[in-house]
Formats: sequence, C-alpha cells, structure tokens
Amino acid sequence: MPTKRRDRAMGVVFALIGIAIIYLFGPDAAPDQRSTFVLNLVTKTPPIPVPDLVLPTRTTIYVLGLLCAFVGGWQLVRGFRAVNAVLGTLLLVFVFAFLTWAARGKSFSLTGMLVSTLLRATPITLGALSGVWCERSAVINIAIEGMMLSAAFTSVIVSSAAQNIWGLGTTTGLLLGLIVALITGGLLAAVLAVLAIRFKVDQIVAGTAINIFAVGLTSFLSASWLATNERLNASVNFRPVPIPLLAKIPVLGPVFFNTNLVVYLTLLLVIITHVVLFYTRWGLRTRAVGEHPKAADTLGINVFRTRYVNVIIGGCIAGLGGAYFTLGSVGRFDEVMTAGKGFIGLAAMIFGKWNPFGGFAASLIFGLADSLQTKLAILKVPIPSEFLLMAPYLATMITLAGIVGRAIPPAADGQPYEKA
Amino acid sequence: MRKLTTFTVPVLAVLTALLIAGLIVIVTDPEVIEATGQEPAGQVLKLAGQKAWQAYVTLFEGAFGSPARITSAFGEWRSSGNPRKLYSALRPFSESLVNSVPYIFAGLAVALGFRAGLFNIGAEGQLVIGGLCTAYVGYAVTGLPALLHVSLALLAGIVGAGLWGAVPGYLKARTGAHEVINTIMFNYIAFKLSEWLLNGPMEGMKGTARTPEIAPTAVLPRFLPHPIRFHAGFFIALAAAFFVWWFLWKTVWGFELRTVGANPNAARYGGINVARSFVLAMFLSGALAGMAGAVQVLGVTHNMALGFSAGYGFDSIALALLGKSHPLGVTLAALLFGFLRAGGTRMQSVASIPIEIVQIVQAMVIIFIAAPAIIRGLFRLRPPRRVEEEEVVFSRGWGA
Repeated sequence: MPTKRRDRAMGVVFALIGIAIIYLFGPDAAPDQRSTFVLNLVTKTPPIPVPDLVLPTRTTIYVLGLLCAFVGGWQLVRGFRAVNAVLGTLLLVFVFAFLTWAARGKSFSLTGMLVSTLLRATPITLGALSGVWCERSAVINIAIEGMMLSAAFTSVIVSSAAQNIWGLGTTTGLLLGLIVALITGGLLAAVLAVLAIRFKVDQIVAGTAINIFAVGLTSFLSASWLATNERLNASVNFRPVPIPLLAKIPVLGPVFFNTNLVVYLTLLLVIITHVVLFYTRWGLRTRAVGEHPKAADTLGINVFRTRYVNVIIGGCIAGLGGAYFTLGSVGRFDEVMTAGKGFIGLAAMIFGKWNPFGGFAASLIFGLADSLQTKLAILKVPIPSEFLLMAPYLATMITLAGIVGRAIPPAADGQPYEKA
Repeated sequence: MRKLTTFTVPVLAVLTALLIAGLIVIVTDPEVIEATGQEPAGQVLKLAGQKAWQAYVTLFEGAFGSPARITSAFGEWRSSGNPRKLYSALRPFSESLVNSVPYIFAGLAVALGFRAGLFNIGAEGQLVIGGLCTAYVGYAVTGLPALLHVSLALLAGIVGAGLWGAVPGYLKARTGAHEVINTIMFNYIAFKLSEWLLNGPMEGMKGTARTPEIAPTAVLPRFLPHPIRFHAGFFIALAAAFFVWWFLWKTVWGFELRTVGANPNAARYGGINVARSFVLAMFLSGALAGMAGAVQVLGVTHNMALGFSAGYGFDSIALALLGKSHPLGVTLAALLFGFLRAGGTRMQSVASIPIEIVQIVQAMVIIFIAAPAIIRGLFRLRPPRRVEEEEVVFSRGWGA
C-alpha cells in the first residue's frame, strides 16, 4: 500500500485495537475483580521469588484500551517512525488485555506461558534460520518441513538404539541422535541443492517433492519398523540445564537460562547467523550471490559452491529443528509430527525480513499464539480450541499479505544461476 | 540414443520409480534385514526376490484383480447365471476406477493452476471444504427430487471450495503474497475448521466425528450392486476434464489464463487483467479440488468424516506434473494413481507393506519429471529438440 494511505490505515487500526479491548473485554469484568499473574515458577532451581502481579481487572482493561486509542490518534495526527514496532507493541498489549480478561477472578502463570512460548518458538526459529541461510544465497527451501521430519525420525531411532540396544547411556545416545539429525538435514539439503543448482529444477517443485518423499519414507519406515519395535522409539529427552547465576533472574531466568540444550543452541545460532551474515567475508559473499550472482561471479566468487554450502548448512539447522520434536520434547516419533512447523518457519523468515533476529521475533509471536491456545484451555475460555489453533496460520497469512509492509526477498531468490 | 516422444519420460519415470520403490521395500523389510546377518548371501537374495515378487503381484492384484479368479468367476456366471462371484472378482478393478475419480479432479485443479503459473498446494484443504459444503446440503436439505438435490449439493461444494481457493488467489493478485504458503496455511485452517465442525455443529451421532448420512436423493447412483462401488461421479470427472480442456483452449478467458501463466508481464502489456486471471484460476482450481471432495461424499462415503482426504493434495501435484498439465494427460495419470492406490491398499493388507510406499513412488515421479535430465542420463536418451517441451517452470520466487 502507498505510504500515506498506509499510515492513516495504521492509525485507524491502532484505535480499533483500543476500542476492541474496551468493547470485548470491558463488560465482563466485574468492578472488584482482580487478575492474578503468577510470576514464579516451581522448578529445581527456582528463581528469586517475586510477588504475584495482581491487577484490578476492569481498570487495567480500560487503561490499556484508552492507551491504544490514544496511540491511534497520535498516529493519525503526527505519525510514528517505526510504525511496525508500534503495531507489534500494541498487539502485545491486546494479548495482555486478553489475558487479563481471561484470568479475571482467577490466577494465571505468566512465567509458565513465557517458558512455553520459547519452547514452541524453537522449532519455528530453526526453520526460519534454515530458510535464512538458504534464501540469502537465493535458493528457496520449501523442504524445511521434510528435513525436520526426517531428522526427527533418524535422531530418535539412533538415540533409542544407543540407549536401549547398544547400552551407551542416555547422554551419549542423545548426542549421537543430535549428530545424526544434523547429518540427515544436511543430506536432504544436498539433494535439494543438486536438484536446484545442478539440474536447475524449479526450487519449489523440488522442495515439494522432497517433502512428499520425507513424509512417505518416514511414515513407511515408522509403520514397518517402529510399530513392532518399541525399543527403537523410546528415547529420553533433553533435560533442562540451568545456567548457574542467570537462572535465578525472576521472570526471564527460567525462560532463557533454564532450558534444554536444543533451545540454547537455537539462541546461539540466531546470534551466530547474524554475526556471520553481516560481519564476515563469507556472509558478504553469500549476500552478494543472493542479490546479484552475476556480479559476484565476475568478482571471482564461486556462485555454485557458495550456494551448495549455504543450503547444506541450512539443512543441518533444519535437522536440529527436527531433533527438537523428538529428542527435545517427547522422545518418540509419531507420523507427520512436524504439523506444518517448517512452513510456519518460512513465514517467520519472511515476517522477519530474512534477518535472523527478525525471524526469531516472529517465531516468538507464533510460539505465543501456540502456547496461548493450551493455556486458555486451562482457563476454560469459551472459544473452541480449534479456532485458537488456527491463530498461527492466520497470522502467517496476514503477515504475507503485507500488513507489516512489503517484505523484499534477496533479488535473485528462486532463480537458478546460468554461467554464461 | 533412442528417440524421445511425449510419453517417453513420464512412462520411464513411473517405471523407474516403481523399480526403486521395490528396492526400498526389499531393503527395509524386517525379515530380509534379519536374514542378511544370519543366512548365506544366496538365501538372502532368494528371500529378497520372493518379497519383491510378492509386492508386485499384490500390487497388480489389488489394481486389476486376479486374472485366474476373474476367468473362473466369469465361467460360473455363464453357467449358473449368478453374477455374485464375478462382481467380487471385478471389485479390485472397480475400486481402482473409484479411486481415480478424486485424483482426476484434484489433478485437474493443480494442472489448471500450473497453466496460470500458480502453484496450488491447497487442493487438500479445498477438497475438505468442498466435502463439508456438499455433505451439509446432502443431509440438511430434504424434499428435493434427486437430480436437483445432487446438483445443488455439488454446486455448494464447488462454490465453497472455489471461494476457499480464490482467497489466496486474491491475496496473490493484490499483495503478491506467494500462493504456496497461503494455500498451505489455508489447508491447516480448513483442517482445524473441519475438526471443529465435525466434532461439534455438524456431528451426526455423538462421538463419531462425522456428519449424518446424506439423504437418498443426494446419492450419486451406482450401476451394479455391492460390492461394486463404481458410481456416476466417474463420468462427472470425465466431463470436468473435458470442461477444463474446452475452457483453456476454446475460450477467451482460458487463453488469457494461459498467457498469464506463460509470461505475466507480456500478458499485462497485451492488456490482460492479470489480477483477475489469478483470482479466476484459483477459484476454478479450488472448485475442481472441491469437486473431488464433493463427489467422494455423494458417491462413495455418503457422509463426511475426519481424516477424509488422506494425501490427495500432494498426490495431485505429481499428477499434474505427470500429465504435463493437460487434461488428457492428467486423466491418464489419475487412472494410474487410482490403480496404484488400490494396489497399495492390497499390498498393505496382504503383504504388510505400508501404503506410504505409494507416496514414495509419487515423490520420485515428481523428481524425475521435474528433472528430466536424470531419466535421460539413466536411459541414454537424446535431449529434446525444443526446450519448451520439457520446461517445468511454475513459480517466480516469493513476490509477483
């Protein structure tokens, strides 16, 4: 949308958010009701205790609503520079108002929800990171879902075998499983790379074929081997490992510093990807290949090799994402257990404008939508759970429709390179 | 170097895929794996050969029926006038045809999308929506004569699924959002919606997660008694294929759609409304996919249940590619897949080979068709004279 009209539209949207808050949540709040947000978490290394956040329901809702309406007015009159950041903030305010309403007269574990958010955001983040590595060098990777599923499958089999059959102990088993996951993702990515770079197959068709193959093969082998051989499908999962001092920080400590290895690796990878992509020579060459491969080629950069390496790295990251589903959470493989998280990761990547931190922020939003749905079931909110489950997918579509501004991919995205 | 025809690569692709699938079945069979460690090599190969032979035989029998059984049943019918055994013997063949009906529709849907340069992965969601709408009209509306009721039910499915497809098309036209992700998202939304509806408002008997049976006036007629399930939907599918051919090559809108698919910029320069073509293409594509669901409801299951679609969405992509996005090719490919699926079902029940092997075959078919160089290299074929013959380009990155 053209900018002036978009600015005014945004102002109206902000005001509408405020009105929605007051109109939807206000009436149900009785005058003396209080919403209690529990900020402590019962874990093995509890954080420094902090008193519960008790808010007067009605007042809070009205204040938040009026705040949003005011921001909307400001946007219409003066306009903000970082409109998207304001939109994001107001959406968070809306969610908070929603929680205040849902928790009226009851108590709700806010920290618990934050923990759940990060956990659910992890596979999406890894999917987004995988997409970033591939697409920054101009190879569209639709096969993230298939890579994750395959890696989930192989990692749990190896880990279970190591623990139950070869008697190697849980830690070794888990680490072996993790390595196998990385290899699996890398292998499938190599197939995609060969199809896209060497055979110049349409990258979306190639990715879709790999997805179908992965779903078919994992379901086939799962039915063949795992149904009768439970020992191959029973692994322990990664346990939370607290970081000594930082885990004690109230509210954020249990979320970021008291979680399992896969999550730590994910957070590290976000930072590493950012540093490599924007502060190293390799990152510069990658981005050059992604934006203008011809120019990069004339400067002596090997376009094909750069793409191969980046796609395989992307595949390994997707493999890590796959390991999360099994080794990082339930310890067993169920058919098609990734349930579209790979595609949501792609949407997060686009939402985050092909940047690692942007993709991470977007993944957190999707994770929030996902965890809201389970927590709200506990609160007995009268919305059918299926509608809440739709939320991440709707959010993806709204994102892609450019409500958050047109997302511009790397210029050569999706085009095979022809050496003239 | 052998000569290339339009059929060479697709046929070879299917054969190669079946061969590789056979290898996968052998190599992953638990008995074969156990034998490899313990028995001598000759025994293992013999066991592997047996397994492979069993797989292919059950595949054939599931698809066509056992020739011996058919001939003996035919003889019995000639002598005693009782056709029961004959019907039983012909059931696999009839089931193959029944299976191919949704494939025809779904394949046409994706093929039409490809012709407009759009990648419609949403066939599965559109199928579900079509099935839901049709089932609703099927059981909620009463007192109509059969022809009217069937037409109304089909129309409901067409419109519902068409709109479900048109929304991603509209988003692509207005905002450039890539239809791959939008249609995938709409798939998940359709699944969640159907979960809610079939466990709630549209549930027939408590706890069954399916709609009530549709009225007898809404049922698509079958021609032969149980167990032959061959129904009128097959002819509707053929009519749809004819319609798609007529639309694409005999109407102005179809011409515009094909032009947009070939080169949107040239089309825009030539005065064609690209946005309208996108929306129309996605509406028709969605409508066709919805018909797959609708015809399944009216002709086969007579209600709509959860877990209804079972992979038609992805299969239809392979179909469209195999059929080179042409209605005739798609119909032939759909028949092939219908036979494959029927064979796969029997493979699963008799030879304990999981049915997902069929998906593996389809994935390989897609890869071989999309990268014909692999087949050409394998079989030492000459490259095509005209590059357009083999071009399989559908998408242009994330933004239009």
